[in-house]
Amino acid sequence: MKTNRKTIPMPMRYLINTVLIVLFILASTLFVNSDAVSGYFTKILMVIGINIILAVSLNIATGYLGQLPLGHAGFMAVGAYTGGIFLKAVDAAKATGGTYYLYIAAALVLSGIVAGIFGILIGVPALRLKGDYLAIITLGFGEIIRVVLTNIDSVLGFDFTYGASGLKRIPKITTFFNVLLCVVLSCVVIHMVMKSRHGRAILSIRENEIAAESCGIRTTYYKVMAFTMSAFFAGVAGCLYAGYLGSLQPSSFGFMKSIEILVMVVLGGMGSMLGSILSATVLTALPEALRAFSDYRMVVYSLVLVLMMIFKPTGLLGQYDFSLSRILEKLMNPKKSAGKKEGASHE
Amino acid sequence: MSEQKTKLVEVPGGIIPERDVGQPPVLEVRHLGIDFGGLTAVDDFDFVIGKDEIGGLIGPNGAGKTTVFNLLTNVYQPTRGHILLGGVDTRGKKTYEVNKLGIARTFQNIRLFKTLTVLDNVLIGMHNGMGYNLGSSVLRLPAYWKQEKEAKQQALSLLSIFDMQDLAEVHAGNLPYGAQRRLEIVRALATNPKILLLDEPAAGMNPSETAELMENIRRIRDRFGIAVILIEHDMNLVMNICEGIAVLNYGRIIAKGTPEEIRKNPVVIEAYLGKKGDAADAES
Amino acid sequence: MAFLSTLFSQVINGLQSGSIYALVALGYSMVYGIIMLLNFAHGDIIMVGAYVVWISTANFGFHPIVSILLAVVVSTVLGVVIEKVAYAPLRSSPRLSLLITAIGISFLLENGFQLIFGAGAKVVPDFLTGPSVHLGSATISFSAIVTIVVTVAMMAGLTFLVQKTKLGKAMRAVSEDMGAAQLMGINLNTTISFTFAMGSALAGVASVLYLSSYGQASPTMGSMLGLKAFVAAVLGGIGSLPGAMLGGFVIGMAEALVSAAGLSVWKDGVVFAILIIVLLVKPTGLMGKPMTEKV
Repeated sequence: MKTNRKTIPMPMRYLINTVLIVLFILASTLFVNSDAVSGYFTKILMVIGINIILAVSLNIATGYLGQLPLGHAGFMAVGAYTGGIFLKAVDAAKATGGTYYLYIAAALVLSGIVAGIFGILIGVPALRLKGDYLAIITLGFGEIIRVVLTNIDSVLGFDFTYGASGLKRIPKITTFFNVLLCVVLSCVVIHMVMKSRHGRAILSIRENEIAAESCGIRTTYYKVMAFTMSAFFAGVAGCLYAGYLGSLQPSSFGFMKSIEILVMVVLGGMGSMLGSILSATVLTALPEALRAFSDYRMVVYSLVLVLMMIFKPTGLLGQYDFSLSRILEKLMNPKKSAGKKEGASHE
Repeated sequence: MSEQKTKLVEVPGGIIPERDVGQPPVLEVRHLGIDFGGLTAVDDFDFVIGKDEIGGLIGPNGAGKTTVFNLLTNVYQPTRGHILLGGVDTRGKKTYEVNKLGIARTFQNIRLFKTLTVLDNVLIGMHNGMGYNLGSSVLRLPAYWKQEKEAKQQALSLLSIFDMQDLAEVHAGNLPYGAQRRLEIVRALATNPKILLLDEPAAGMNPSETAELMENIRRIRDRFGIAVILIEHDMNLVMNICEGIAVLNYGRIIAKGTPEEIRKNPVVIEAYLGKKGDAADAES
Repeated sequence: MAFLSTLFSQVINGLQSGSIYALVALGYSMVYGIIMLLNFAHGDIIMVGAYVVWISTANFGFHPIVSILLAVVVSTVLGVVIEKVAYAPLRSSPRLSLLITAIGISFLLENGFQLIFGAGAKVVPDFLTGPSVHLGSATISFSAIVTIVVTVAMMAGLTFLVQKTKLGKAMRAVSEDMGAAQLMGINLNTTISFTFAMGSALAGVASVLYLSSYGQASPTMGSMLGLKAFVAAVLGGIGSLPGAMLGGFVIGMAEALVSAAGLSVWKDGVVFAILIIVLLVKPTGLMGKPMTEKV
């Protein structure tokens, strides 16, 4: 196989990417933490970050695995309450220095793991079903989580989630930096998994489950794996949400919330991580930018969803996935790549 | 390629090529049968295939040939009978386990991973040939790099059998029909099987493509030492390449033997090849 | 004795709410049977119907009969329009797209009405009042009687329509095999529109009955109601009309019994738990037919 293209060799690519990412994190944190940026703007950025993680995590189960789970908010809720209860229990607000950061890291990891466990518990039965049935059963589970969070205290006999009145005075541990860090880590981890044999297995299930099975892919295992990963990151996002808001209510994690996240994924293009990132950003920032718009937000959401499905069901970016080094390659080989693309579609 | 006439000998269970005698048959099927509700789709299906034999399964449409393939790969669980792959009974196993044990297949209606590239399609076939775990993927440990590189080389080498290595980055759904069929075969090969089930691989091919396919199947068999079972309607292909043929009608085997024997078998002629005059045409 | 009468009144409650669930569930089942779509917007048609009654009665002071007719007509038209505008263009798209569109329409209706009318509940005082019936120490309210009677009548009517008329036959044919039905000369668009019309009309009736039982309308009333009716349809076997009726009453009764046991905060949870159990044990529901994929 001869290559006339100039390619960047593997280890170099990773180095370039890593350096760029670290620079980006440092630069943006410095920028945001400076006086140039208002607290309001910082808050919006944090919410954008949380929504990015939510969209990107849902994309694993919808875009990559090809299912339509409608209970994503349930996993977010699990993570949020896990993080909130944990942070209150260890009294993180009073911690200082290293202990403080340790608590934050522990809360995030714990939230993800607990949400991930729910992902397995729900995924194993739910993923036996397909299509519409999977959609409804995950919807059912999401609602049950909400109902349980609202009423569990009466069963337990003590105050755990504080039910409908809400879990309050959660230490506000969420900052721009740790949101950004979580966003970057989530995206990187998901990307690493998808560009491996595990990721290919997941995609093959989406494409043709029967064929995947005939190639030796253990479909149940990978379906649960994708679902669990999706739940894990939703849980992390939930924890960040708890640390941002400072208080939680079960009613904010209902079917509506799951749909809000779904809209982001659908708009961006199911199967495109970049698409999810972009649309999460746009759909969070836009209503804020146009304050008067905010009453209409949900109406516009719904309209966007419907119109998108009718006119461009593959979303803005379809299944296009982002690769920094691939862009650099294209820049280095402009004519070749144009010609190759044409040839490919003619074959 | 020389056209040696294979001599089939009787072994317990059926007939296999003389050269394979002494080794355990790669696949042995005994009294396989399946009922769908009140309908018996396949019944009393006995079959043995030698280690690197090219066998054929023919019969009129609806005879149950694809059903047999589905049974062999445990897509359907048989109602009765046994499937022994290298001596191991596959009853109750899932399809992916059966593939790991050594059966790979292609599909009558092509089942490719359409939005993935040609290379990815083959790499998915190589999934179980790589062993690195999730941790290795996330942390990009050396095992990941090494195994991915080897897999890619192996995949390209498999694609080169059909001269498709330059199509590696093309999306499978964009390939022309014939290339899609060939890709399915490559993908099946990538799973490192002991036996390859090809469901109408020559469908939609013109005579020169079919001749090429014949060459390639023989080459695959010689290079990898695997058995091949073909479901086909193209009699030219079947008679030329298959060493042993089983004829299926209404879910039952009505004849077994070498191509010559089958060609002359009156039961087969009546059920499938039509009257004597048509059989003579098929021969040419 | 007091316990029995409480039980009895809970049973009546169950039948009453079950009737409403059943009417709505029928709409879900009919639409799913014919175009394999879970019409999430269906529950919100009830909400629209209820608002029509409110506008017509409380605002314009029309006679209840007029309001009822308006509600049914508007619901029917809305259902048909939604189908034509949002679902018909996607008939050949993957089912996922259709599902998402339905969700979008549902949200559009809910949020749209919230925007226009505000989030608060609109009270429709004393709609459809009449004498209640006394059985010993137990009372059956007028609205309960009306609800149950009307529902049974509608079901009988629908069954007749589906089994005995040409249009009903067309509906059944299309749900069996869309392609073959067309080849037999059945007009697909008309049949599908009619199915939506029927389902939405039933929803319109359900909205009226709902108002007579609960007396108020709010933008999100259709949401939970629709979801539970949907569970009822799945329980009965989605695509099966007798199943939808059965499912509706079962869900209604289940909720009533849970309330009777003093656990009414867990009502929603119980309904969804039923959904999950059904989907895991017998996904095709009590009366549904299994579907297999050809390899």
